[in-house]
Amino acid sequence: MLEITDLHVRRGATHVLRGVSLAVADGEMATLIGPNGAGKTTLLMTISGLLPVRSGTLRSRIDGEMRSLERLPADRIVAAGIVHCPEGRQVFASLTVRENLLIGAYRRHARDDLRADLERCFALFPILAERQALSAGSLSGGEQMMLAISRALMARPRLLLLDEPSLGLAPRVVETIFEVILEINRAGTTVLLVEQNAELALEVADRGYVMETGRIVHSGTGQALLDDPAVKQAYLGIAP
Amino acid sequence: MSQYYLQQLINGLMLGSLYALVAIGFSMIYGIVRLINFAHGDVLMIGAFMTLALIAAGTPWLLVAPVVLLTGALAGITIERVVFRPIRGAPQVTGFIATLALSVMIENGGLMLLSPQPRNFLFPDLMRTRVPIGPATVALTDLVIIVTTLILVGVLMVIVRRSRLGIAMRATAENLAVARLMGIDVNRTIMAAFALGSALAAIAGLLWGGRFGQIDPLMGLAPGLKAFVACVIGGVGSIPGAMLGGYLLGLGEVLFVGLLPPEYAGYRDAFVFATLILVLLVLPNGLLGRSEEERA
Amino acid sequence: MRANVRQGWLAGVGLVALGAVAVAIVQAVLSDYLVTLICIVLIYVMLTVSLQVTNGLTGLFSLGHPAFMTIGAYVAAVLTYPAQRKSFMMPELPPWLATQQWDLLPALLVGAAAAMLSALIVGFCVLRLKGHYLAVATLGLIIIVRVVINNLDGYTRGGLGLSGVARLTDLWWVYAWTVLAVYVAWRIKHASLGRAMLAIRENEMAARCMGIDVFRTRLLAFVLGAFFAGIAGGLMVHLVTVITPGSYGIALAFNLVVMVVIGGTGSITGGILAAVAISLLGEALKPFEETVELYGLSQVLIALGLILILRLRPQGLFGSAEPVFLPHLRATPQVSSSS
Repeated sequence: MLEITDLHVRRGATHVLRGVSLAVADGEMATLIGPNGAGKTTLLMTISGLLPVRSGTLRSRIDGEMRSLERLPADRIVAAGIVHCPEGRQVFASLTVRENLLIGAYRRHARDDLRADLERCFALFPILAERQALSAGSLSGGEQMMLAISRALMARPRLLLLDEPSLGLAPRVVETIFEVILEINRAGTTVLLVEQNAELALEVADRGYVMETGRIVHSGTGQALLDDPAVKQAYLGIAP
Repeated sequence: MSQYYLQQLINGLMLGSLYALVAIGFSMIYGIVRLINFAHGDVLMIGAFMTLALIAAGTPWLLVAPVVLLTGALAGITIERVVFRPIRGAPQVTGFIATLALSVMIENGGLMLLSPQPRNFLFPDLMRTRVPIGPATVALTDLVIIVTTLILVGVLMVIVRRSRLGIAMRATAENLAVARLMGIDVNRTIMAAFALGSALAAIAGLLWGGRFGQIDPLMGLAPGLKAFVACVIGGVGSIPGAMLGGYLLGLGEVLFVGLLPPEYAGYRDAFVFATLILVLLVLPNGLLGRSEEERA
Repeated sequence: MRANVRQGWLAGVGLVALGAVAVAIVQAVLSDYLVTLICIVLIYVMLTVSLQVTNGLTGLFSLGHPAFMTIGAYVAAVLTYPAQRKSFMMPELPPWLATQQWDLLPALLVGAAAAMLSALIVGFCVLRLKGHYLAVATLGLIIIVRVVINNLDGYTRGGLGLSGVARLTDLWWVYAWTVLAVYVAWRIKHASLGRAMLAIRENEMAARCMGIDVFRTRLLAFVLGAFFAGIAGGLMVHLVTVITPGSYGIALAFNLVVMVVIGGTGSITGGILAAVAISLLGEALKPFEETVELYGLSQVLIALGLILILRLRPQGLFGSAEPVFLPHLRATPQVSSSS
């Protein structure tokens, strides 16, 4: 579904990604963990087309064959089915909840299923149905996260990029959100999840990658990484 | 209401309509790129001169308005492509300087090509018929201006609030990066905002020329600046705010001249800009504006 | 460090003395027209350098210099106007004023004070807000000043303009004031005030966290610029002896911005060079414009030049630095420059 080989990305003068390689298989739930400033958000922004690629390849299966994404502008990447749910939720505060959802579906040409998709989002997160007509800025943090994920879903993604969904949310809310993320994954959407909450992420993931200063330093199944003593010490706060 | 006051009210609404047209376009552009378009008033001038050219070429009046709208849209798109897009993301000062330079170029280009002599410009005689409203009689021109403005603004509001393009424009105005993540082609969306806003300014030029009878290459400067004042009064970045500000400014200007003794009439422009400074002191976000963070 | 400061002082004084000698020679040798031209160029230098402090160093976007020039010019001109004709030309002047006829220096200073006062008022209202408000407010000020002077025609002769102003300016006056303006700008830039201004320009939030009073510093930069603009206006009107309400308008505001940008926002030397080059270019193109009857050509070219500079070399000639070959003039260790 997604193949990244030796990716280098700069932001301004800083060489943020220094040869990142990873792969996400169809239908997988992959997670990327690591300390602040490692470059995780930069990686997602590169995949979704917000940042240019210095060197390396970035490929995804589009219409049956692997195509490179490096030159595609952001809107074409969304059209290809890769949707990025950005860090910090970033809902459109001046639009209503419903308008936010509709704009998630902006790119789609099959507009008839719109209503059905809205219903599906409301089924996942009933609170959004209640708050449909309110401005998105008036929602709580957790509700905004639900809105952000639903908004991404409205684009019918094949690959969903989630940037730190648990950030700033209460544990109970985080639980709900992660349940929904799992449900989405089980329904067939591939997920690449970037998370600070390493333990939670590794528990739900099929495959995990650990990134430090722009490189992948560990990889393995979610369970293997959970058991790995180096990972445990560095990211899970568990003394050896 | 006495005849005099009614007359002044209509005058104020007429002037306010013109200001509103320019201010709304200004506000749309500011809302989406966060930059003042100093050349916006010059689009009004372009619209006025295009009208003159079309009339001289014998174009039937029914065609003139659509062509002028189109001209304005094209001017706006060109301005966006040539000046605004290359400086996207640059510090704000660069934006000021670039659009100021653009305005100077357009105005002086006009002076060079068209000569500073004012030209005359007449609506068909039909427009001069006077229509009785209550105790006063109003020139048809003024009514046409007011009604045209309301119709155009109505159409614009429908586009902005209901259409797919409108929602894209509002999203892009709020957060350009995330709008891209939604699959919105932000370049085209921004161009559309410029096109719509500039079309309104061009039509304002047509109406202005027909109402006041004279046009010259520097005519856009004052309305452009006053449009900014209107936006500040109503709330920068808000379309209803721009409209409200435009009408308040038009009414205020006319009342100022109408209520004070005639020797003060010459001060009307000073009054407008003194109001700007006062409003900035007292109500920097305007009447309807959302509060921006106070500084850049 | 001590020796360095002494060196800097000596170099500076040396330069000024050299300039004074040049002035003496020029006055003796060159034609009236050329001397007047040089005066005009120096006045532009003064305007640009003072705008460098406001716009360049502090990062404001003030288009107000022409308004302050107009205020300074009219106030000074009315004060120095020959007493015999004053009450005839400006009938509504109160008698105590109409009988006065001042010398140049006090008139200049009062004019500049009036300019500073208007800057204080406008700045107080506007400088707490975002940059574009100042830009439009200062444009509005140009219009306000023009309208008010136009309408107060009993005091100013309104649209007819004031002619027959005493020709009190000469190259020495202009030279002295220009040197003063450059000196003040230079000292500010290389002192902590200048560093505070640069900090505000680069990152206002961080500047505030460092304890810099952003509003007061901005106000100071703005008012200081207005002072020199007022002086420049006074000098200009006593050089060309005529003035109308629209003499110093938006076109001039734009040209000054161009000089600041091309010289490099924050570079005093760059500002001086750009002012000289562009004002000479403008003067040279004027006769051409008239013969070809393409009024506005020089403006279009200048605007085009500016847009090109913005695309190709946005930091201007020198960015925020001074050229490297002037180390002796620095009395303090080098300011970290950002282009």
